[in-house]
Amino acid sequence: MAKHKTPLLDQLESGPWPSFVSDIKQECDSRAKNEKGIEFQIPADCPDDLLGVLELSYKDGETHWKHGGIVGVFGYGGGVIGRYCDQPEMFPGVAHFHTVRVNQPSGKFYTTEFLRQLCDLWEFRGSGLTNMHGATGDIVFIGTTTPQLEEIFFELTHNLNTDLGGSGSNLRTPATCMGMSRCEFACYDTQALCYDMTNEYQDELHRPAFPYKFKFKFDGCPNGCVASIARSDFSVIGTWRDAIRIDQKAVAGYVGGEIAPNAGAHAGRDWGKFDIQKEVIDLCPSECMSYEGGKLAINDKECVRCMHCINTMPQALRIGNDRGASIFVGAKAPILDGAQMGSLLVPFVKVDADNEYREIKDVVEGIWDLWMEEGKNRERLGETMKRMGFNKIIEAAGVPFDSRQVQEPRTNPYIFWKAEDVEGGWDRDISDYRKRHKL
Amino acid sequence: MAFISSGYNPAKPMENRITDIGPRHFTDFLPPVIKKNFGKWLYHEILEPGVLMHKAESGDEVYTVRCGGARLMTVTHIREICDVADKFADGHLRFTTRNNIEFMLESKDKALELKKYLNAQKFEGGSYKFPVGGTGAGVTNIVHTQGWVHCHTPATDASGTVKATMDVVFEEFQNMRLPAPVRISMACCLNMCGAVHCSDIAILGIHRKPPMIDNKILDNLCEVPLAVAACPTGAIRPTKIEIDGQKYNTVAVKEERCMFCGNCYTMCPAMPLADKEGDGIALMVGGKISNRITKPAFSKVVVPFIPNEPPRWPTMTAVIKKILDAYSADARKYERLGDWATRIGWERFFEKCDLEFSEHLIDDFRDPAYYTWRQTTQFKF
Ligand code: SF4
Ligand code: SF4
Repeated sequence: MAKHKTPLLDQLESGPWPSFVSDIKQECDSRAKNEKGIEFQIPADCPDDLLGVLELSYKDGETHWKHGGIVGVFGYGGGVIGRYCDQPEMFPGVAHFHTVRVNQPSGKFYTTEFLRQLCDLWEFRGSGLTNMHGATGDIVFIGTTTPQLEEIFFELTHNLNTDLGGSGSNLRTPATCMGMSRCEFACYDTQALCYDMTNEYQDELHRPAFPYKFKFKFDGCPNGCVASIARSDFSVIGTWRDAIRIDQKAVAGYVGGEIAPNAGAHAGRDWGKFDIQKEVIDLCPSECMSYEGGKLAINDKECVRCMHCINTMPQALRIGNDRGASIFVGAKAPILDGAQMGSLLVPFVKVDADNEYREIKDVVEGIWDLWMEEGKNRERLGETMKRMGFNKIIEAAGVPFDSRQVQEPRTNPYIFWKAEDVEGGWDRDISDYRKRHKL
Repeated sequence: MAFISSGYNPAKPMENRITDIGPRHFTDFLPPVIKKNFGKWLYHEILEPGVLMHKAESGDEVYTVRCGGARLMTVTHIREICDVADKFADGHLRFTTRNNIEFMLESKDKALELKKYLNAQKFEGGSYKFPVGGTGAGVTNIVHTQGWVHCHTPATDASGTVKATMDVVFEEFQNMRLPAPVRISMACCLNMCGAVHCSDIAILGIHRKPPMIDNKILDNLCEVPLAVAACPTGAIRPTKIEIDGQKYNTVAVKEERCMFCGNCYTMCPAMPLADKEGDGIALMVGGKISNRITKPAFSKVVVPFIPNEPPRWPTMTAVIKKILDAYSADARKYERLGDWATRIGWERFFEKCDLEFSEHLIDDFRDPAYYTWRQTTQFKF
């Protein structure tokens, strides 16, 4: 028997898409029956109360969750988000209902053994409700009480060999695309870099010392499967500098219709016969391809590596061999000063595990030094960049100025020359001037 | 409900403490065929909606079956997913960036058998548990935030709007018949934990009423300077107020300057702004993050406000369907939604999608606004 009537939510049980309402109801049943005889450490009926409070929000058109307050585990400033219900009498099971962020493994691969361990822990000490995964990538455990936090952390670190993620004004849990594990486009090992950087910066991840949040995201190629260019203060996107590798036989296969274009991604509609001129050559943004006499040619020097031709003919075209990554900085959502896309800071960097990615970390640390010094409270790097000018960031990162860093050169000549840029500096003598120019 | 300790001793918090170990190493979790061919993949094919084949240099093939899921999931459900993985995929699986679930197998027959099996699993309420799809030129799973389920600043629900939308566009999840992939994203307030600002179609919860001020408690609940500094438009100033002969330190809000971002509420709980009539949804379109053909682009607001209509938000889903249908009918192969709109012109976009243009769609927020006004005689009647 459902604890609360949820006529509005019940309407979300119909329709084909997996219903979170049906799922929560099965959790309510499972906890009520408790076939395994678990000594639930938070109220067994908390999923019922969650449905109850959500139904109330559906009626009221307003949330019933309050502000966080400071909760967390000893020595960490991030990883736990305090959450309290503003109707604790009606819904005691969720009166205190904190979120725990668990650092997801790079690329989000799991064994069922590990997932089941997570489930057992969260059933015993939490609500049994999760997000797989949160927007930043973490495994999100939704709903537990304060006394459970240390216990959860103890079990995570001692028995599951894993750690909390980030929250608050610190480094957020770094996220990566699946990269080399199953993608032929990956220009560097995104998962290895993500893992290494996550561990290198544990202090920044768990102990807030920044003006505001800071996100690393790692994309293996310009397709951008984790959206790093839009969602991370520091985005590393794989790329290459040499020629796209061409297999002319496979090109002929596409032209002849033996191989489906775009790996079959358009199979659901009859778009007509594949037309290499129209679908590849003419769509190339740098107009650097040609197809003549049954041969595909690419003027690689002019290629901007947009991925279109490679995506369209993956059996015929492959990324080059001189691989590395580009670094973009300052992306953020609109809050507060309008949305920003990541701006290109470093056109090419080798992603070198042998020197522990020192070149990339030097850039990170240079930027952090400036931002931690100059950033205002709750100011994302993108906003600091806008306020201080990109040049300051380039200097702080210790990388060269490069025409690739701009879309076009400046349109206004209000150049902030420095004294050292000008012969004789800025120190001048007014009386000397007056000798030449009478008032 | 007796308290059971795992071993943590509050009297000696540092005893046996393990910290800063980071996540598990990803190689602990890779299926053997993935581990073996790591970094040595040749190409991939989408065999049918939801089924991928990746070919390695070694000649190995791995077949991936992808299914959608509500990202809010219970441990009971995760265990069901584990059962599937144990039965078909040697106990391995992964989640995609967009909250799909992927099972990796070594034979095509087994993959197709798994697809059939997954499509046969239903919740008691009637919906699919693991609908297979989400590949290629179609709509894949919606990334979203918490909404009324667990967040303190939302202007709408997330799981509900997403469920309602995915039900309406479900055929596009299981088909690959659109001109290009369409990425739908959902964020329940302007904070955009979900970063919907670069999606083909973005569902965004917005407020429309300035914050109320709980004068009597404000000074106890928050730091006045922080509340003042939180406002990006400078609409908040400190003030003193007298209520029943009692003096209170508080803030005042210049209401016409408020852009309803909710940032003040995040910094100061004594300034709530959520409201049944005031809150609702803005729809944005035309964003993308890939560099394919065209540059990454921001989403643009094309519908400034749709009221919250729980549980199924019918007006909102009807508009989304309308946009999707117009795009599907008119765009060229490989053309993303925003590129289509740019090509035909936004004036034509509003016409083809049968959307109304209003003053609220002209940007008036700081510098970026200027770059969105038209400075040419090249436009369409
Ligand atoms: S971003 Fe590129 S390398 Fe990474 S998974 Fe996507 S297509 Fe592959
Ligand atoms: S986008 Fe806003 S309302 Fe939504 S989860 Fe994030 S903070 Fe909460």
